[in-house]
Amino acid sequence: MKTNDIILQTVTKVTLFIIILFSIHLFFAGHYYPGGGFVGGLMTSGAIVLLLLAFDMKTVANILPIDYKYMIATGLLFAVGTGAGALLFNAPFLTHAFKDVYLPLLGKTSLHTAVLFDTGVFLVVVGVTMTIIQTIGEDE
Amino acid sequence: MLEVIVQISLLCISIAMVGLIYRVIKGPTIPDRIVALDAIGINLVAVIALVSILLKTNAFLEIILLIGILAFIGTVAFSKYLEKGVIIERDRDH
Repeated sequence: MKTNDIILQTVTKVTLFIIILFSIHLFFAGHYYPGGGFVGGLMTSGAIVLLLLAFDMKTVANILPIDYKYMIATGLLFAVGTGAGALLFNAPFLTHAFKDVYLPLLGKTSLHTAVLFDTGVFLVVVGVTMTIIQTIGEDE
Repeated sequence: MLEVIVQISLLCISIAMVGLIYRVIKGPTIPDRIVALDAIGINLVAVIALVSILLKTNAFLEIILLIGILAFIGTVAFSKYLEKGVIIERDRDH
């Protein structure tokens, strides 16, 4: 019997963007407020899990053609790269720096290299969670 | 004055949660338990809001939205398991 779950799919299409916006907010607010790369990554993978629940694995692979194992590698590269970048400026490993920059649209913004490290954490968390869920979820 | 009101509300919500936990333990069918767990999650949102009033902080406001989203995803996953037997399908067209 083919079931019709149009309510779930429509609610997912609306809710997905709210969840992803919330995860981005958690990620960028992590320096001054509760949040950060870990919980932001978990929330993003929660949004992708909701997409997997409402649709099927093949459709989601078409929407997001990402190999999550490469995502883990990219995240680790970000984390190690920000650590090793300090060595170029004759500073100890994992020394972070920040600078107030005047961006054209955003005005005065303080850019910190810890954000790049947090991006690595974000990518690793999303990659690991989605790899685990997709590997277990395949019903052969 | 406000603190007393908040404490009374916390007491009421705890009584409601005890009733829901009774339904989770006793509930004759699985959907009863799922709906009770979903309602416990929503009551938890209320508890966090009241506690953040008591502690005079707004550091917990993200957790409210977080629990709402997690309760929704969890309930959808449980319901899909009951409906179809699988949580994540490989291909929908068969």
